[in-house]
Amino acid sequence: MNQLTKLLEAALYSASRPLTLNELKALDATASKGDIQAALEELRVLYDSGDHGVELVQVAEGYQILTRPELAEAIADARIAQRPRKLSGAAMETLAIISYRQPVGRAEIEEIRGVAADGVLRSLTERGLIDVAGRGEGLGRPLLYGTTPKFLEMIGLADVSQLPRLEELAVALTPVVDRFGDEDDVQEDVLTDAEVEKPHVVETTAVEADVGPATAEQPTEDS
Amino acid sequence: MAFAQATEDTAFVVELDSFSGPLDLLLHLIREQEIDIADIPIARIANQFRGAIKDLGLNQAAEYIEMAARLLRIKIQMLLPRPLDDDAWEDPRAELVRRLLEYEQIREVAGWLAEQASAQADRFGRGWVPEPPNPGPPEIVIDLEGVLKAVQEVVDAMPQPVIHRVVPRPLDVEGATRKIRALLEASDRLDFRDIIGPTPHVADIISALVALLEMARLGQVRLTQTEPLRSFTVSSESTDQAA
Repeated sequence: MNQLTKLLEAALYSASRPLTLNELKALDATASKGDIQAALEELRVLYDSGDHGVELVQVAEGYQILTRPELAEAIADARIAQRPRKLSGAAMETLAIISYRQPVGRAEIEEIRGVAADGVLRSLTERGLIDVAGRGEGLGRPLLYGTTPKFLEMIGLADVSQLPRLEELAVALTPVVDRFGDEDDVQEDVLTDAEVEKPHVVETTAVEADVGPATAEQPTEDS
Repeated sequence: MAFAQATEDTAFVVELDSFSGPLDLLLHLIREQEIDIADIPIARIANQFRGAIKDLGLNQAAEYIEMAARLLRIKIQMLLPRPLDDDAWEDPRAELVRRLLEYEQIREVAGWLAEQASAQADRFGRGWVPEPPNPGPPEIVIDLEGVLKAVQEVVDAMPQPVIHRVVPRPLDVEGATRKIRALLEASDRLDFRDIIGPTPHVADIISALVALLEMARLGQVRLTQTEPLRSFTVSSESTDQAA
């Protein structure tokens, strides 16, 4: 292991959150992005090939050293680390809407889910999974919400482009349009590929810093 | 989700806690009966929906009631006659179907997110690490005097509790007056030391003195001192005057 790889390993070990390439680059002014990536790859291979209890994971637009899933049971049983509590269905639905439509206002979320959303939005914001991403143009300039890096950390994605594309989902919308042949506007509000391909992510690096995934408290959502 | 179907058209028994909203419940009714979402038997579904929300507390049910009303409106629109050759006719159910499908899509994504989160929950990162501590203030160098002074400042800053302490009245002129009168009953002449007793308290002395001066002022007693800075005698005056 060369000096840079050692340095990266130490930095990733000491951090309680994913570190971005830029953050890692600050460790060594002489290293290029390519050097960092090569060193990260070396570290990843080292962990994967050498029977290690941890692995290098690319998550939330950064890198993090995490324990291997197959060891979770024993660690959790021994109460050494805790799995975060599961979110409620309402919270997950709200996150689903926001992750695909961000930035999105409360009214749109409520229209899709058919229920009031302020309670869910508040608790998701408190948990750092979503954040205000701007203000809409409409009356009263409503708050628009977007997902945070912590949301990506929770679901283990590197960025929102890794969310499943809507045409891969089991619920296909096209056949319905065929049946309502004259209904051109049927699909007008439905998520399009363009929206998914150009995802927005709220830059809130401060939010993710305060709670690591192992200790993250995630009380069950109710709304 | 407790679900009991009695007959085709009667209401279902549904536990509404397990639904996250009216669309969820509606979807459940549709999927449970394997209804074609593009051709919803709106009258039947509307009735079942109303039956399902019947037992729900009203404050919670507002959104469900809104949906029930919407279903009813669609049902009415479906009943209205329409011209046979009207190309512009819109199926009143189209908007509902669009919302249902959109919602179902979101629910599928939500399910996927939940699976992802559940898988990710099995990977532990480093625990929460507090902010790196400040170097902190330099080592404290302080002597005993300083400590005591600091303690005193704290003690002084503490509010004194207001406690009313009952103390004997230091000066008791009235008591002394009564005592002198009683003594004068017994003998006409008294030495001051007889009045105050062998081991007098300073308050007793002052009380007795004030009482005597007051009695003298009123002409009740006569005070006689043979020479300065010596004791003096007290004799009853009033009896003489009265006599």
